[in-house]
Parts: sequence; C-alpha cells; structure tokens
Amino acid sequence: MTRYSAFAIAREALRNHQGWQRAWARATPKAQYDAVIVGAGGHGLATAYYLGRNHGITNVAVIEKGWLGGGNTGRNTTIIRSNYLQDPSAALYEKARSLYETLSQELNYNVMFSPRGLLMLAQTQHEVRGYLRTVHANMLQGVQTEWIGPDRVKDLVPIINIDGPRYPVLGALYQARGGTARHDAVAWGYARACSAMGMDIIQQCEVTGVRSDAGRVTGVETTKGFIGTKKLGIVVAGHSGQVAGMAGFRLPVEAVALQALVSEPIKPCMDVVVMANTVHGYMSQSDKGEMVIGGGTDGFNNFTQRGSFHHIEETLRALIETFPMISRLKMLRQWGGIVDMTGDRSPIISKTPLGNCFINCGWGTGGFKAIPGSGWAMAELMAKGEPGPLAADFGMERFREGRFIDESVAAGVAH
Amino acid sequence: MLLLECPYCGIAAEETELAPGGEAHLKRFGPKSSDDEFESYMFARKNPKGVHFERWRHAYGCGKWFLAARCTATLEVFGTYPAQVGAPPPEIVAKIKARRPGWSPE
Repeated sequence: MTRYSAFAIAREALRNHQGWQRAWARATPKAQYDAVIVGAGGHGLATAYYLGRNHGITNVAVIEKGWLGGGNTGRNTTIIRSNYLQDPSAALYEKARSLYETLSQELNYNVMFSPRGLLMLAQTQHEVRGYLRTVHANMLQGVQTEWIGPDRVKDLVPIINIDGPRYPVLGALYQARGGTARHDAVAWGYARACSAMGMDIIQQCEVTGVRSDAGRVTGVETTKGFIGTKKLGIVVAGHSGQVAGMAGFRLPVEAVALQALVSEPIKPCMDVVVMANTVHGYMSQSDKGEMVIGGGTDGFNNFTQRGSFHHIEETLRALIETFPMISRLKMLRQWGGIVDMTGDRSPIISKTPLGNCFINCGWGTGGFKAIPGSGWAMAELMAKGEPGPLAADFGMERFREGRFIDESVAAGVAH
Repeated sequence: MLLLECPYCGIAAEETELAPGGEAHLKRFGPKSSDDEFESYMFARKNPKGVHFERWRHAYGCGKWFLAARCTATLEVFGTYPAQVGAPPPEIVAKIKARRPGWSPE
C-alpha cells in the first residue's frame, strides 16, 4: 500500500492520477479466522485495527451487512469530547480523545480532527453546580476542562444570545481540546489501515446465525456462507440485541431513534461546538459551512432510522432561542440513526455467556467520540479474554451487581 | 407523527400528547427474588425488531396509562388497550396475526 503524502499527490499529478490504489481491498471470506468482528462501523474497524497493532492478531475479518461506516458512524454530529463526570467514563473517553489527536498521522489518513473547543452551556443554577462539579472531577481525572463565565462564552461564540429570555447563559463547561472530526474518514482510515495489515473487510455480508458448541462460538452463518472463527466480537450498535439473540443471550439494551440535521451552508460564524443541555440542542459548523444540529432521542423503540418530527421542532426551537441569527436558515437534510441505550446510559464492553464471544455496544447517543478508545479497550478484551483497565468497569454484569456508571444522572440528558 | 388511540378517552392522540413508558407486561420481582430475576425485571428488555407491546400515558389528556401493540420495524400500530391486563387481549393478538402471519405471542 502506498502512503499518502504531499509527495504522492505531486507524483500522481504528473501521471494523471493513474497510480492511486483502492483504499482497502475487496475481500471474499476465508473459511477460518483467528477473530471475526461483526459490524464495520467505526467501533468495529477500530477494534480490528488495535487487535493488529497492539496485539499482533491480523488474521481477522470484519463483516458488515451494509456498507462500511453506513450506520451510526455516518449518522452522527461528529462531536468529540471527554468531559464526563464518572471516573471510568472520563478515562475511556479521554483515551479516545487523546488517540484522535494523532489519529491522522497514525493511520496516514486525514480524519480532519479539529480540536476547536467545546462548550456546554449552563443555563440554570442547577447546571452551574453540576458543571463546576464536573470541572473538579475532570481535574482529578487528568481531563483538561475549565469553567468559564458568560463574558468568555460571548467572546468564544459571538452569535450566542446570552440574556435569555427563558434561560440566560450563566457560564459554560469548556473543553478547549474537544471538537469534531470527519466521521466517514475515521471509518475509512481504520479500514485502510486494517486492510494494509492483511485483514479482510467484507461488506454486504449479513450475519444470519451464530454457531456454537459447548459454550464456545465456532463461527457465524452469513449471507456469504459460514465463516469459522476462534473469537467473535459483536460491534453492531442498534442491532446488538438481534445479534446477541442469535448467540443466545439477552442484553440490557433498547433501540431508539436519534435524529440530526444540517442547514444550508453559510459563511463561517461559529468556530466552536456548543451544547445546550437544558433546552436540549447542540450545534457546530462544518467545514462546508453547514450548521450541524442534534438534539434528543425519541422516547419509543424504533428500528426505522427515522424519528418524530416534533423532536426536530423542539431542538430547533431551543437553538433559535440560543442563536437567534439561525432563525431564517433553511434546513437541508435530516436523518436518523438507531442508537442502543443501556439502563445507565453507559456503554457495554463485555464478556458474554459464550467463552470466546465478546460484545461492544450500548454507546447510545455518544459513540462517535469514543471510537478509538472503544476499539482499544475491545481489542484488549478480545486478545486477552479479560478486560483491561479501560474496559474493566463496563462489563454487562454491572446491571446485576448494581455497579452503574451513571452518566444519565451526571449529564441530566442523553449524551 | 405517531398517533395512538387512548382506550379510555377514545380519541386518536398525537405523540406530543403522550408519554412513552417502555416495555409492557414486565413480570415484577421484588424483595426475596434472586439477583438474576431482579436484573431481568429492571434492565433486560425484549427490544424486538417487530411486534412490540409497550406502555404509554395519555399525559396531556386523561393522564391514564394504557398499552399499545406496535411494530418497531415499520411503525405500524396494531391497536391499544387498557393497562389492567397481564397479557395482550385476544382481539389485539388476532389483529397482529392478520398482519404478521408468522408471528405468535410468547
């Protein structure tokens, strides 16, 4: 595989761009692998990548029922942050954020990580206290965040309406190294790096059954035939319950729709990410100039990748109050993704009742930011058979044992 | 927008009038139950891609809880019924079977 570089662009410019190779090879399944990962989204591909990079396991297939990165990896609002309250979450998301810092160099693929800064607005006294607590927790956890007052908020976000009327901005939790990245490029970059290590990425190959013998997985039935494996990783987000059902166990997970939308492109007006959790909306501006907008999930179980219109209405109503200048923007596109929500709104990176089968799910509304850290932790779990320090608290037995990682209470909203 | 008929008021209520309440017909476990039983009651959910029975409250209407049979894969609503039952009533099951021939209640 040829490396991407300024020199490569110059060389290809001189020969009419005839020399570019496919970013990843088109693969047909082999009969047997050391590890099979179900789901070629960001988390699945990152798991495969770190299996090879950190643990030397490269006889790996990543199988995907649709196309690569076509699920929630391609449907999020690309926000990256690690300002969590609970220690296990902060460690995991900060690992991910710090890996994002150098991901483009590591993968030799520009994922356009833009640490442009991220603000979580405090618009009630309750929120002020909550975010001050988070800032203090983050100091102890080694996550760099700070509390800033309304003047500094206005300084960072000139288009914001500080004065209400319903919810004046009282300050913000500011993470200067939070930001965004190009979501598709994250999946593509990992896929290219996996392919370069000799892994097979098999698209349009749906898992239809999990074959097991004496409590251990022997392989998966797919639309492209049976694929044998020594280890199985299930990393399928919204359909985790369905694949787990094939493997014969249940998950504490429910699937709901989360929507996002983008406006028509406008000139640069906001170079940070702003989240307003009381009124419940968040917004950033893409490099193309579109305002990228997200809000809350629907309340009911849903597998259709489309949500209720009134949720969009609520999100936009909140954001128009916070950013009056967007009131006349036209919205270009709107879409939905199926997110897998756990009882405590924290993910599951866990062993399962089947000895050599592992699951990574439950990222709910906040999976994109975690991709590198999630893959890192899941690869360690799959390679060693036991969770490492990052994944130790995220086992699904925590629900039986009452050891919740309660970010739903910490954040007050889906996050 | 999702429309559900409130079985008490008899009106087709819009989703904004309703509050979702999660899976219906959960078996409750309380004191003296095992950890596994309590976990299944608190956290394990069927989460089917297909026919789903769920609780709703007519929050901005009569305020009462009722149950709905709905398909999570197509958003089709099969019907609603009062909450004071342990299992879906036969007429709802018949309606679902008419629309989903292969389906059977657990």
